[in-house]
Amino acid sequence: MSFLEIVQITKRFDRQTVLSDVSAQIEKGELVCVLGPSGCGKTTLLRIIAGLETATQGQIIIDEQDCTLLPARKRNFGIVFQSYALFPNMTVLENVAFGLKQKKQLSREEREERTVDILRLVDLLEHKDKYPRQLSGGQQQRTALARAIVLEPLYLLLDEPLSALDAKVRVKLRGEISALQKSLGITTVMVTHDQEEALTMADRIIVMNNAVVEQIGRPREIYDNPATPFVANFIGTMNFYDHQGNLFAIRPEKVELVGRTESYDMVARVKALEFKGALTRIYSTLMDKTEICVDIPSEVFDGEKLHEDALVFLRMPQEHLREYPLEKAV
Amino acid sequence: MRQRLARLSFAQLITLLALLVIFTVILILPLFALFSKAFLNSSGEFAGLANYVKYFSTPSLSSSILNTIDISLWSTVISVTLGFLYAYALTRTNIRCKPFFKYMALIPIFIPTIVHALGLVYVFGRQGIITRMGFEVALYGRVGIILSEIIFTFPQAFLMFLVALEFTDGRLYEAADSMGASGLTKFFKITLPEIKYTVVNVFFVCFTLAFTDFGAPKVIGGSFNVLATDIYKQIAGQFNMNMGAVVGTLLLLPAVLSFIVGRVVNSKNAGTVSAKSTKLVVGKSLKRDTFFFVFCSLITLFLLFLIACLFMGALSSYYPYDMSFTLRNFLFDNSSGGIKSYFNSLQMSILTAVFGTIFAFVYAYMMEKTSGFNTLRRYGKLLSVLPLALPGMVIGISFIFFFNSPSNPLNFIYGTVTILVVSNILHYFSVPFFTATGALKKLDSEYESVSESMNIPRWKTFLRVSVPLSLPAILEIFMYYFVNSMVTVSAVVFLYSAQFRIASISITHMEEAGNFAQAAAMSLLILLVNVCVRALYEFIVKMIKKRNNDDKTRQVKEST
Repeated sequence: MSFLEIVQITKRFDRQTVLSDVSAQIEKGELVCVLGPSGCGKTTLLRIIAGLETATQGQIIIDEQDCTLLPARKRNFGIVFQSYALFPNMTVLENVAFGLKQKKQLSREEREERTVDILRLVDLLEHKDKYPRQLSGGQQQRTALARAIVLEPLYLLLDEPLSALDAKVRVKLRGEISALQKSLGITTVMVTHDQEEALTMADRIIVMNNAVVEQIGRPREIYDNPATPFVANFIGTMNFYDHQGNLFAIRPEKVELVGRTESYDMVARVKALEFKGALTRIYSTLMDKTEICVDIPSEVFDGEKLHEDALVFLRMPQEHLREYPLEKAV
Repeated sequence: MRQRLARLSFAQLITLLALLVIFTVILILPLFALFSKAFLNSSGEFAGLANYVKYFSTPSLSSSILNTIDISLWSTVISVTLGFLYAYALTRTNIRCKPFFKYMALIPIFIPTIVHALGLVYVFGRQGIITRMGFEVALYGRVGIILSEIIFTFPQAFLMFLVALEFTDGRLYEAADSMGASGLTKFFKITLPEIKYTVVNVFFVCFTLAFTDFGAPKVIGGSFNVLATDIYKQIAGQFNMNMGAVVGTLLLLPAVLSFIVGRVVNSKNAGTVSAKSTKLVVGKSLKRDTFFFVFCSLITLFLLFLIACLFMGALSSYYPYDMSFTLRNFLFDNSSGGIKSYFNSLQMSILTAVFGTIFAFVYAYMMEKTSGFNTLRRYGKLLSVLPLALPGMVIGISFIFFFNSPSNPLNFIYGTVTILVVSNILHYFSVPFFTATGALKKLDSEYESVSESMNIPRWKTFLRVSVPLSLPAILEIFMYYFVNSMVTVSAVVFLYSAQFRIASISITHMEEAGNFAQAAAMSLLILLVNVCVRALYEFIVKMIKKRNNDDKTRQVKEST
């Protein structure tokens, strides 16, 4: 049995269904990202796992124990919110030690030692006497993380923990959080709307849309074999085209440009060119106006042949093509 | 079937229930007692509308309704106009001394309404300063009441307009400027539409205050009867409880009407000021600034003049015949309560402030920061807005009917300081409740979630996080309860006992006995403590703000 089992969870607010029959298994020590656009129900799912929200139907099983009706304070988890929710009237040290004070079985020295250890772990020891408003965004984030793990919780929940930070700090903290999670071996569920964040950090990803789970899998699996057109389009870029009554999909980097004498599948007209560093993206349209993007390495890009309105001959390798039922088209 | 996960812990449920039971006992049951009295005859039998028929067929009684509407309309129209101009001067012009003008306009809040009337007596009364200079005003009666109510309602109107005019979007005016709109066009096309709901609100608030005020008509009304004095005569003079209850229900009408209108208006009054709004830059205009400076100075001078008259009356041996300086008037006669009534008032106001603040804040917290048991909470929200529609006189008489009944197990609080404190907490509940709710709404709702994840008891999060972070609001509530308890007359006039007299009532008795000098002296003592409490509040809030800002500047220094 998995460490955390989400069994057919449904959540309705009044008439609106926020989660519809959501199921997933999370293994011990795993970092799982719940990924989806805003309003897909991912934060509600996290709050149900935390016990801060009740499911209308379904079960939450943690460590083989049915926790569906267990209130949050009895579940033993750590949580970091998007706003961090650091207590502004307490210093970094007091924030982290606030929960420890409840643990009467620990001696005062043990509690202090534990607090200091955690602060050292997240590299905040020198800032321990500062108030949250005196910290940078990244430091605030790490304080919230320290507060969440100081009680040695069974599992850790992260609700968009990086989205309030600027791009550079975000990339740096991605690595730090992953490393910390691995070294503690703590089961972690992280909610995010940022596909890059999910791809780089997660062991597995749960992709959600419109209250349902679209796909669960390892990042590579999800990228290479998206189960639905939504997943294909939400993670990375995907070309869709209609061919003999079927919907086909192919990643831009898998489309090959060939000469007119070679065997090709499609003819398209170049609409725009976009230099993106290592790659150059060609936006082109087929005869029926379907847009097809092609990514080619910038070093093989030939400005003589490729220009607006030029004709290009495209080959779609069978092994990279995916086929979807037409009614599911995006 | 699924069991619902209890979002409210047992302790929270008990707290919520306790608050609702207390509120029901001090609000709903007394009101019920009032209404049932209005429909019973003096021997306790059901009388239907007979009491009302009797009331409206007695000209000496029913004429009071027209009188009350008359004085309320006049004082409201004038007060709304003055309050608007004064607030406009402080927000939309470049006059000097704005903070000074702002605090001066608040003077009437710090003294009982009877003292506004007392000040007027010193100015326009038979021996008044202006009267002796040859200007006679028919002060006792209609004119006096209207003037008093204007002084009473002016600060309320001013404060409400001040809030409305302070928040505006400067970009609207810039856009209008770029289209070449004149000052008058901007006023009618931008300013007025922005505050039109406030105008309606202010109108009803002032009207209700004037309609239900007891102090001024009591002192200065002469034979001009209004509803509030009628109740007093029926209850305290003739012991006609049923007729008193009838008048009480009539007194409720404008408050209920304004309450309904207020709800409709407020639901439409969606904020138009966004985070992107820019501050309004007031353009230069010497003509405009001169006009408004003179206007504000006149109002301020008038208010200061009233206070100066109180000083003069309190500090002179026998106004106007012997003007030598004396402090003898501060040695109060015991017949009207003496200095003891002042200390009683302090005791009552401190108790009201302490328990009122706790009650209002915990109540707001339970409504705002807990979930579950939605039916109970809906009932709680309804209770929290009801006091807004209840005039003090109505609270006073319904408390008599309810608590003075021998069969009531709570009968023992009748005639003690407790019933005064309870009536004050109820009477002034709504504003503190809104203040607390506003402060709590600003706090991150995830504080509670985080604490819960760490298994920290809710009361601990409440005391260690919610309370310290809401400290400015809590102090404001404390001050509001204290100041209002010091000056209130309407509810407590029915509830004080001979053993426990309070200062505001003593002033009424002193005035009735013609002892104006002691009344003035007592008024000054009330003014003094209220101004001190207000100043202390401003000082502490300033310190809190300063400390927070210091931290921020330190952070900026460190990061550079």
